[in-house]
Amino acid sequence: MDQAHLAEAVERYLKGEMDPQERHAFEEARKNNPELDQTVVEYQFFFDEMERYGTIRRFKSNLYDTHHTLQENGQIKDLHLPASTRILNMWTKYRRVVAVAASIAGITALLISGMISIFSPNRPIRDLEELRRKVSNLERQSSNQRAEINNVKSKIAPGTDVRFGGTSFLIDPKGILLTSAHVLNGAKKVYVQSNDGVDYLAEIVHQDEASDLAILKINDEEYTAPRSLPYGISRNRSELAEPVFTLGYPKDEIVYNEGCLSSKSGLQGDTMAYQISIAANPGNSGGPVFNRNGEVIGIISTRQASANGVVFATKSNNIYGLLEAIKKDASDVNIKLRPYSSLRGTSRSEQVKKVQDHIYMVKVVLS
Amino acid sequence: MAISEQELAIFRAIGKNEKRAIESVYSENYGLIQHFVIANNGNEDDARDVFQEAMIVLYEKSRSPEFELTCQIRTYLYSVCRRLWLKKLQQARRMETPVEGLEKLIPVEEDLEDHDKLNAQYLTMRTAMGKIGEPCKSLIEAFYVHRKNMHEIASFFGYTNADNAKNQKYKCLMRLKKLFFAQYKNN
Repeated sequence: MDQAHLAEAVERYLKGEMDPQERHAFEEARKNNPELDQTVVEYQFFFDEMERYGTIRRFKSNLYDTHHTLQENGQIKDLHLPASTRILNMWTKYRRVVAVAASIAGITALLISGMISIFSPNRPIRDLEELRRKVSNLERQSSNQRAEINNVKSKIAPGTDVRFGGTSFLIDPKGILLTSAHVLNGAKKVYVQSNDGVDYLAEIVHQDEASDLAILKINDEEYTAPRSLPYGISRNRSELAEPVFTLGYPKDEIVYNEGCLSSKSGLQGDTMAYQISIAANPGNSGGPVFNRNGEVIGIISTRQASANGVVFATKSNNIYGLLEAIKKDASDVNIKLRPYSSLRGTSRSEQVKKVQDHIYMVKVVLS
Repeated sequence: MAISEQELAIFRAIGKNEKRAIESVYSENYGLIQHFVIANNGNEDDARDVFQEAMIVLYEKSRSPEFELTCQIRTYLYSVCRRLWLKKLQQARRMETPVEGLEKLIPVEEDLEDHDKLNAQYLTMRTAMGKIGEPCKSLIEAFYVHRKNMHEIASFFGYTNADNAKNQKYKCLMRLKKLFFAQYKNN
């Protein structure tokens, strides 16, 4: 039996086309001839595969025809992509090209800026000024003198090195004050001075560098809590161009300034802060930013040194987040914020008059 | 969920390569898959390829005695297509988060592993067929793919009688078998 005949025999055998006699003979031959047996097994596998190949090919051609028919009948339509998807597709397609182009542009920009920085005169790099106040010797003297003149006995022992000053404001009549965290950096002791020049000892309850907020508590027997605060802490987002004002202690007397909200984000798109166009000076840090209803919308933290009137204020809704954090690590301090202001509809000067007594100067003793 | 008799009948008919069943499944589900693929960075051709591959998986499952349909054909096709397309995206390194529809999903990983195995064998045979040359290729295709009988084949290819055509077919088959196993061992 040559190979071709063998193949035919095996196929007929596998398909059950042999008559019983032939089949019997074939099976006998398989038993007695292992080589034949092996060949049959191989063929069996091969024919199975061949058969399957054929059926899949038929099925595929059927699918192809069906697709064609349905398309002609209009039951399948080409989808028209929404524009955004198309752009996304283009982005996927050209991502590499864009990446190469962007890196070339980037390298060029780096080279140019490198050359500029080499050939241009040196300038101070630090662009952000924290608005805490370095109290000069002169000012300290004058403040001491004034305190004596006013016959108010300062609790700060003469000769104590008061280094930095900032502003803080009451958020709870119990003597809870809010200020900027950076004002308190390195503080050994903290005093707050009221608008009428009285010093109170305060302790730091919480300091959060990320939002640049800190909470102080007046720890002084002489402190008498006001019945309530006229202003509230806003939970809402403020809008561009909203007129704002602030009160603070860039000098020993409280100072009023006004401006407007110029951007909803801070330096380099920092969403925790607003950009405010206002005149603020060292010492204004920690000062409240009020809107026209007398609600606190922000806390002054930094200004851009290279630009005029660009001041950044931490958004007031961060205060609520801060209080949540405090609840966790200092459960004995119970702070309640009021979200609404009772200053709505009153004139600016009247608002300031009611607010100024709740704004305190922060004096930080470093050693 | 119980699968309706009608659904099962369609499923079985798919395994028998019945044109009407294919057409009804095709027309009812193609739009869904097309939408999914195109919403996820594919084009018309991708949608067709993915859908047709899923149909082949369905066909294989219908013919497999062990498989039991436990969900709607639509759900099965969608799950398979989703898996196939995401795999393709991953291979092309353009993995984006898939846009999710409201369609139900069932796990099809194992089914697709089976399919990959079968598909590899199919491709092995296709490669072997590609190497065998004419007239063997057409002859074998005429018999095994297009299911022509030896008389038709003899007259079409110009053999004087069916026996000669048959003889030639077996000579071709022997060559194909060699090529197939050589290819099979390579993989």
